[in-house]
Amino acid sequence: MSALEVEGITVTHGSRTLVEPLDLGIEAGRCLAIIGESGSGKSMTARAVAGLLPRGVHATGTVRLGPHVVSLPASERVWSRMRGDRIALLLQDPFTSLSPVHTCGSQLSAALLAADKRRGRSRRRAAQRRADVAARLEEVHLDPRVAAQYPHQLSGGMRQRVAIAAALAADPDVLIADEPTTALDATVQADVLDLLTALRSERGLGLLLISHDLGIVQGRAQDVIVMQHGTVVERGDTSRVLHHPEHPYTRRLLAASPTLAAADRADQPAGETLLRAEGIEKSFDGRRVLRDVRVDLHARETLALVGASGSGKSTLARVIAGLEVPDAGAMTFDGASLPAGRAGRIPSQIQVVFQDPNSTLNPAFTVGRTVAEALRTAGRPASEVPGLLAMVELDPELAGRRPASLSGGQRQRVAIARALAPQPRLLICDESVSALDVSVQDQILQLLGRLKEQLHLSILFISHDLAVVAQIADRVAVMHDGVIVETGPTAIVIDTPQSPYTAELVASARAQSLTTEESA
Amino acid sequence: MAWLLGQRLVGIVLVLFVISVLTFSLPHLAPGDLVRTLIGNRQVTPQLQEQIRAQYHLDDSLPVQYWDWLTNALHGDLGTSVQLQQPVSAVLADRRLPLTVALALLAFVVAVVTCIPLGVFAALRQRTALDTVSTTVALVGLSAPPFTIALALLYALAYYVPIFPVYGSGHGALDVLYHLLLPAAALAAGVGAMLMRITRTAMIRELDSDYVLAARGRGLSGRAVIGLALRNAAIPIVTSAGLVLTFLISGTIVVETIFSLPGLGQVLQNAVQYKDLPMLQGVTLVIAAAIAVIAMVADLIYLGLDPRVRSGRARS
Repeated sequence: MSALEVEGITVTHGSRTLVEPLDLGIEAGRCLAIIGESGSGKSMTARAVAGLLPRGVHATGTVRLGPHVVSLPASERVWSRMRGDRIALLLQDPFTSLSPVHTCGSQLSAALLAADKRRGRSRRRAAQRRADVAARLEEVHLDPRVAAQYPHQLSGGMRQRVAIAAALAADPDVLIADEPTTALDATVQADVLDLLTALRSERGLGLLLISHDLGIVQGRAQDVIVMQHGTVVERGDTSRVLHHPEHPYTRRLLAASPTLAAADRADQPAGETLLRAEGIEKSFDGRRVLRDVRVDLHARETLALVGASGSGKSTLARVIAGLEVPDAGAMTFDGASLPAGRAGRIPSQIQVVFQDPNSTLNPAFTVGRTVAEALRTAGRPASEVPGLLAMVELDPELAGRRPASLSGGQRQRVAIARALAPQPRLLICDESVSALDVSVQDQILQLLGRLKEQLHLSILFISHDLAVVAQIADRVAVMHDGVIVETGPTAIVIDTPQSPYTAELVASARAQSLTTEESA
Repeated sequence: MAWLLGQRLVGIVLVLFVISVLTFSLPHLAPGDLVRTLIGNRQVTPQLQEQIRAQYHLDDSLPVQYWDWLTNALHGDLGTSVQLQQPVSAVLADRRLPLTVALALLAFVVAVVTCIPLGVFAALRQRTALDTVSTTVALVGLSAPPFTIALALLYALAYYVPIFPVYGSGHGALDVLYHLLLPAAALAAGVGAMLMRITRTAMIRELDSDYVLAARGRGLSGRAVIGLALRNAAIPIVTSAGLVLTFLISGTIVVETIFSLPGLGQVLQNAVQYKDLPMLQGVTLVIAAAIAVIAMVADLIYLGLDPRVRSGRARS
């Protein structure tokens, strides 16, 4: 019998249809993946199946959970008997999905107690509860001592393990995992996905895996549904969909999915050194974030800085951009000394494009005003706005719009236009494509590549994603614990990593990405 | 944690020091001749002037005077009231201070007990008629000054429907409580409305957050989820409740005047009227110290509530 059977589920928001009628089913012990980009309706489908739609969003259809039939829309009373025991929802971001002021143990035991209450059993005693919490933590390969810790004391991967243990506390038949690894570092992503896969087969759990990334379904999901604009465009057996995609959209997604194959770049003669940073030291609260770091960036090259979160790569970028003052070290730019901090800098030296275009653009300003302001700072007239927008391949008509009415990709193009307004020699991209969908990410990367050639830019590209780096960078510097452990041409670093940490990074990136020859 | 505590304690000592310096400077900053002011309405004779200079050590240097005054104040001696010719500390300790403290505390309790649940309730019934009604009432409470509410309550519940006494403080604990209820309600209205709005906003934000969705997603009951959110919302609520309590202390002065309660407010008013500087100094010091201590207690509770601050990390 299917653990989950969904018939004709439709999700609407006012007069807008977010998800067209959709059927899906998961057998116990199997995994179904729903793949789609933002706005495809995949997350709304997941939340409709768990009865957790946001205010104002409604669903119709039938959800069959084992012997229980829930016809939508169903009241909270009906759902409260299903959630936990029959079906549980695991969210994307472990940094926000646990209460920050409760210990992990108390959040786990709250889920255990909720299960007791639903089943009409008496509350288990404190000692029993402690033992159960320890057992649940062990199941997700965590030390029982984690029970006494607060979420902020754990790493992202550990937090997501706690969230998994809590979601499975009432032993549900079906687990919906909504982008469970998107917020995690590359090296941890594979671990968490492997854990979910192991739990699925050990517990006979039906797993509904929601992701934007076709790369992660390989070897983990038996069936795949590809969604676009609220409709299913393709569904079927995973290997069939990956190797013989029928729908053009699936093919596009596969093509856009970054692979580890470093683009064959003709070995350009290295330009003169544009930026040199030496002996950079930085500590926060006594923790050394940067230790004697040295970076050389040549003119007209793209240097990627790769590392996990907390490796110090963003801090280094901020030091170079002058947004952070280092404790020690010296920098030169184009042969002249570059002062630490913002004072004494010229806008035409270095500009930054940040990660999240939703929060880095002033929501009250129109696109034109945002760009014009950047132009004014550089002493250039506002009449250059249309030209600048055209340069980042945006319709100059968009100048009158505000960020809220733009797509994520368009917003990031505006942010790039703003950074290019003072005609900088060096562009720092701090995780600039991480918040974007795969296909949009691909377009932005190509845009950056073209801009670099056209404007003779140097780019310092900060990323946690080796596959993205492979696509754009000429050289790579790998950071780990505040130290650059390896530097070299991209293809060489990826093919023959020298440091153990780089090897680990490459291995987990390979596990994530699609094998090229098959998907080509 | 211990380091943070120590840091806060050092901070509070510094604040109290600054307050004491300012309070000490009050008479020296006041216009007019200090000796004449201290003589008050007694006959001015050279002997008396000499006696006052000696009594207040006015010929010593200012730091020495400050040191004497501070050590005396720390021993509970705040000087002698010019108007009443009684020790200031005795005047304050005899019913004045306890009455004001009781009034402020009662108002605080009334505000907390009624308005925090109301705020939670409004947050849960977000965008319904009940929410609109309660937020509108809160807005009225917030915008009406305490003295209008006090007068309205006085007229409605003491004069028109005589349930409560019109003035005075009563005798015996229960009678005092009975006399204080109406003034406390008048005082609580404004700050309670503030608390209610803060609670509502904090709860709405917490209920909207990911961990609440995640908790529901793993099967926690509605009540357990509210508990989870409330514990998180407690951080901003406690912080603002501390502010509210300090605000209450200044509010007592107006309300005490309207209800003719012999509390600190009356003392302060008289002291200002009669230029009774030692009394003014005493009352100022007590109020300022009380506010500083309340702020510190709120800070400590905040530390206890937020494990992230406890371990010295910023909110992520």
